[in-house]
Amino acid sequence: MLALIAYLALLTFIFGFGWRIWTYWRAPAPLKIPTTPAPVCKSGVVWRMFTEVAFFNSLFKGNKWTWLGGYLFHAALALVLIRHLRYFVQPLPEAFAYIQTVGIIAGLAMVGGLGFLLVRRFWVARTRYISSFADYAILALLLAIGVTGLLMQYVFRPDIVEIKSAMLGWVTFQGFPTPSDALFVVHFLLVLALMFVFPFSKLMHLGGIFFSPTRNQVDNPRERKHVNPWAVVE
Amino acid sequence: MAHLRPYPASDKHMTPLDFPGARVEDWQQKGVEKLGEMLQKYRSLQVYMDICVKCGACADKCHYYLGTGDPNNMPVQRAELLRGVYRRYFTPAGKLFPKLVRATEFDETTLQKWFTYFHQCSQCRRCSVFCPYGIDTAEISMAAREIMDAIGVGHKYTTEIVGKVHSIGNNLGIPGPALTGTLQFLEDDLLDTTGHEIRLPLDQEGADVLLITPSADFFSEPHISSLMGYAKVFHQAGISYTFSSYASEAANFGMFIGSYAQKQKIAKRIADKARDLRVKRIVVGECGHAWRVAYSFWNTLNGPFDFLDPNYPVPQHICEFTHQLNERGALVFDKEANDDLTVTFHDSCNVARASRMGASSGGQFEIPRALIRATANKFVEMDADTIRERTFCCGGGGGLLTDELMDLRVRGAMPRVTALKRVMEEDGVNYVALICAICKAQFNKILPMYGIPMETVGGVHALVNNAIQIGAKRGIV
Repeated sequence: MLALIAYLALLTFIFGFGWRIWTYWRAPAPLKIPTTPAPVCKSGVVWRMFTEVAFFNSLFKGNKWTWLGGYLFHAALALVLIRHLRYFVQPLPEAFAYIQTVGIIAGLAMVGGLGFLLVRRFWVARTRYISSFADYAILALLLAIGVTGLLMQYVFRPDIVEIKSAMLGWVTFQGFPTPSDALFVVHFLLVLALMFVFPFSKLMHLGGIFFSPTRNQVDNPRERKHVNPWAVVE
Repeated sequence: MAHLRPYPASDKHMTPLDFPGARVEDWQQKGVEKLGEMLQKYRSLQVYMDICVKCGACADKCHYYLGTGDPNNMPVQRAELLRGVYRRYFTPAGKLFPKLVRATEFDETTLQKWFTYFHQCSQCRRCSVFCPYGIDTAEISMAAREIMDAIGVGHKYTTEIVGKVHSIGNNLGIPGPALTGTLQFLEDDLLDTTGHEIRLPLDQEGADVLLITPSADFFSEPHISSLMGYAKVFHQAGISYTFSSYASEAANFGMFIGSYAQKQKIAKRIADKARDLRVKRIVVGECGHAWRVAYSFWNTLNGPFDFLDPNYPVPQHICEFTHQLNERGALVFDKEANDDLTVTFHDSCNVARASRMGASSGGQFEIPRALIRATANKFVEMDADTIRERTFCCGGGGGLLTDELMDLRVRGAMPRVTALKRVMEEDGVNYVALICAICKAQFNKILPMYGIPMETVGGVHALVNNAIQIGAKRGIV
């Protein structure tokens, strides 16, 4: 049963994500609309996108507290994900030894950041007004994933070897034996739930940001004719 | 509350623009279909419908939210009015669990909210500066307006003006003979005041430059002072130019209603006329959104402009034009002529956040400031959070410069006026220079309501007009 859900989730995530990206890819950007001051060359755009993705540049300008909570969560999540690669890679390169401690501490930071974002969403009248059930649900789901993960790290240690072989089997499509640890199964089910909703939710900002015309366009409409595909009459 | 909601357009405003004259029978279905069509035509719309995480960073950035305190004026919430409908009809979550994701039917209540709040957005893009994903509410409100136009629910002021451009040639509805008379009158006036024959030519074939300016420059105060400034610059530089009675308007309200077709049609007049008149360059006067359309969209809509002189960018802004001449030493300014003024500069939103001047990024901020510094001794900046790409809208852009929205305009101007008042009190500022016809008209009317004299507002080229020395030559041109 778990194997079936796990594969469904994996496929939903991969194909769902791909389908959304394909939707963004094929929709034309008929006019040049970068938010200026914008770079006038391609390398400048790459730098602009990099600062947005790596440092949340615009959000920093927008709201320092939201930036702090959001950045803490995302940066910690990145480290936690990198650390989790150890369960999916065999043999394990030596470099993974160095990320181990950092990744574990990041787990705490991630939950802290998420907690901050959740409290803020409740607390600040403006954000409470704009929040729907889905906005809280996604935060709660991420928090639950983080908390179950931390519990396994600090309180109820599961059998790592058994889990790793299950994970390797899962992602290489070579069968998925259900691990015996209940806490792990809960943690894993929550992750699967996240994978299910990912392509249908606001989490698509992960891929969508790269398609935002105000950020990814070069400011050169006078120098170069920008062609609108659906307006071309031959 | 009064004056917060626009007047609906009637049949006579809508049909000339190929929109239905009244609300169509199956408007709900048609509206949803139109949204579906636009999602496939505009990547911005599709992406911005999906990726907002509702972080709220934009919420307190909108001047209408700051001025009205109405939560539907938070950019995120304004966009949610459209997103709710998008989710209901185009996403699995919205189809299956509408309540959980706040998906809304496209019903009468929703439509009425759209009509109110998408006409409480001046498309100034300030929110897009602060959004982590660059979500541009202007794109969203343009789309909503186009959907409403497609089902016959239009905005009277904007559709009426687009109609006037098509039937008469400009937004103010000035007929050709009146234009000729005005230009003649201004020439006489310039001769009296300067003793020089400074021309304001109309429909002159073979001139070097076609000058396209907002029609307010011909008729309104303080706009006319800028017009005289342009004329003096051309005279002094010895560059021949002409206005066109057929394309006597730079403004392009097609942008405000989100219509690509209208944008293209309005812009085409100018390209056609430039070809007819065999000019070598096109220069655009002091108008914010006109400059955005010209700078960002002309090449796409009507290009290539290969019949023009390739040594100059197409189009050029009048500030770029004057600045370049000044850098080359073609102009002589007497800065003392503006010594009674302590000047501050209001960056107009469409120039600041949607266009450029000069060759490098941010030239749209530097060039007008360089011109002010070249023509006046006393220049002061307003608070750093309210200038350049962070500038506040005047409160009248995006097709909202109409009396039926007066309350909204007064409230929307509040953040800008607050920053202005501060430099007036602390630094003795008594002149706001700017380069947008809508800002000029808006401030002219709104500033007195905040106790600021309307003479405080004027164009950058009004400073040029005061300071330029006619007949004086400096070095080699």
